[in-house]
Amino acid sequence: MKPPPFDYHGPVTLDEALGVLAETGPDGKVLAGGQSLIPLLNMRLAAPAHLVDINRLPGLDTIEAGPGGVRVGALARHAAVERSAAAAAVQPLLGQALRLVAHPVIRNRGTVVGSLVHADPSAEMPAVLALLGGSVRLARRGGEREVPAEEFFTGPMESALLPGEMAVSAFFPALPGRSGTAFRELARRHGDYAMAGVAAAVTLDDDFRIAAARVACVSVGPVPVVVDVTAACGPRPAASVDWDAVAAAVLDRIEPEADIHATAEYRRHLTGVLAVRALRDAAREASEDPEASDASDASEASEASEGEEGA
Amino acid sequence: MNHAITLTVNGVVREVTVPGRRLLSDCLRHDLGLTGTHVGCEHGVCGACTVLLDGEPVRSCLTFAVTVDGHEITTVEGLASGGGLSPVQRAFSECHGLQCGFCTPGFLCTVTAFLRENPAPDHEEVVEAISGNLCRCTGYQNIVKAVHRAAEIQAEEAG
Ligand SMILES: Cc1cc2nc3c(=O)[nH]c(=O)nc-3n(C[C@H](O)[C@H](O)[C@H](O)COP(=O)(O)OP(=O)(O)OC[C@H]3O[C@@H](n4cnc5c(N)ncnc54)[C@H](O)[C@@H]3O)c2cc1C
Ligand code: FES
Ligand code: FES
Repeated sequence: MKPPPFDYHGPVTLDEALGVLAETGPDGKVLAGGQSLIPLLNMRLAAPAHLVDINRLPGLDTIEAGPGGVRVGALARHAAVERSAAAAAVQPLLGQALRLVAHPVIRNRGTVVGSLVHADPSAEMPAVLALLGGSVRLARRGGEREVPAEEFFTGPMESALLPGEMAVSAFFPALPGRSGTAFRELARRHGDYAMAGVAAAVTLDDDFRIAAARVACVSVGPVPVVVDVTAACGPRPAASVDWDAVAAAVLDRIEPEADIHATAEYRRHLTGVLAVRALRDAAREASEDPEASDASDASEASEASEGEEGA
Repeated sequence: MNHAITLTVNGVVREVTVPGRRLLSDCLRHDLGLTGTHVGCEHGVCGACTVLLDGEPVRSCLTFAVTVDGHEITTVEGLASGGGLSPVQRAFSECHGLQCGFCTPGFLCTVTAFLRENPAPDHEEVVEAISGNLCRCTGYQNIVKAVHRAAEIQAEEAG
């Protein structure tokens, strides 16, 4: 089908865009990559009165990688972030997750920030932001606020974005030295939203024992479900962890629902299996972390530079 | 409200006036008469509408024409040059990579861009590259063959 009519706005400066959003309030919607919004319009599931197309705004297609993390601007496309060697060096989970988002052609248009605001509980990037404890920067006429991930995702397809606001960037923190990450998921077809998926981050201590371990699960709740499994994993080397107990700790915290793609029970089963695979992959990556020999220096360096990440 | 926009389509500057909600796929087909770009699902799943936007493959059904005002579009009509078929088109023809041909314009655009980035792909890479294009007829085997053959033809012609 075709989209319902709307008033189209094509601002060329951020101020102009924020002005239109302020004036249109709840009737205005931002158009970024359009890879989620236009299907909704074509299917007539959304009918905003005003669309504010941000594709002409200058300076928003940025990917700034510093020792503290990666800040991604609102017009950085999935494909650009996926290919960024600088971003991968600081936070490899970005590329690991983006390879699982839709198809390459969709990733040429879709934006990372748009995916966060869209807040689909089956999407990869909200889980990544939640796992890493990142944040989203929201601008409105005359002000800005930085919203941490745990407050940003408020429900299925619901975020903390208020009428009149626009997301200008998102920040994905780096992990300390001797850390590793992984994203494992299962979808019916390549490029589909996953029936279940798990992002994991593991940090090892100087003796290669698991010092911290977290997972974020998709498609098993209204928002990405973050579970800290440090207690169930550590402090032991990955080879001697009781992985069944770790899976049980994750399953305790999720309440998947059934849909056309999978029963609730199947999703639970998948989440347990994928959590263990992702954690073991992350632990392996952590043991190969090139910064491992210098772990304490690296984590101090990244803390010290946290304030400068946006520069 | 209508918007006057300028698109460079297959190297030709085209001026057209469209409402904000005009999809790029419909602008190409209805306003510009370029019906080579096909429309299957209109929600990004089938890939039939794939065109090149400034050289990069995108879904024309998930792009508003007005958003790409001032940009360059290549459709299936623009892949051939100098009267002959492009290497990708020749490979699809040689390998019988199509039956009804409905999906073909999307495959041709996707594969043309893919081989530019990865001129010597392995099997896995080919399958991933075309994973966003659905074909109801061929069963994909000959399409996969055609992608490898296109890579070969391009290498021969370059070498
Ligand atoms: C066939 C298909 C398969 C897909 N598969 C997956 C998948 O497996 N995993 C996945 O994660 N995604 C998937 N997607 C969605 C894709 O990742 C989208 O690109 C992404 O969800 C939204 O990004 P966008 O830039 O296209 O946003 P848009 O579609 O432009 O916008 C989406 C929503 O976010 C709002 N918005 C966007 N940017 C901003 C901003 N800067 N400020 C305020 N509001 C904003 C819009 O108003 C709208 O409500 C798929 C899409 C398609 C078509
Ligand atoms: S018509 Fe555009 S992807 Fe199917
Ligand atoms: S040849 Fe008929 S859909 Fe592909």
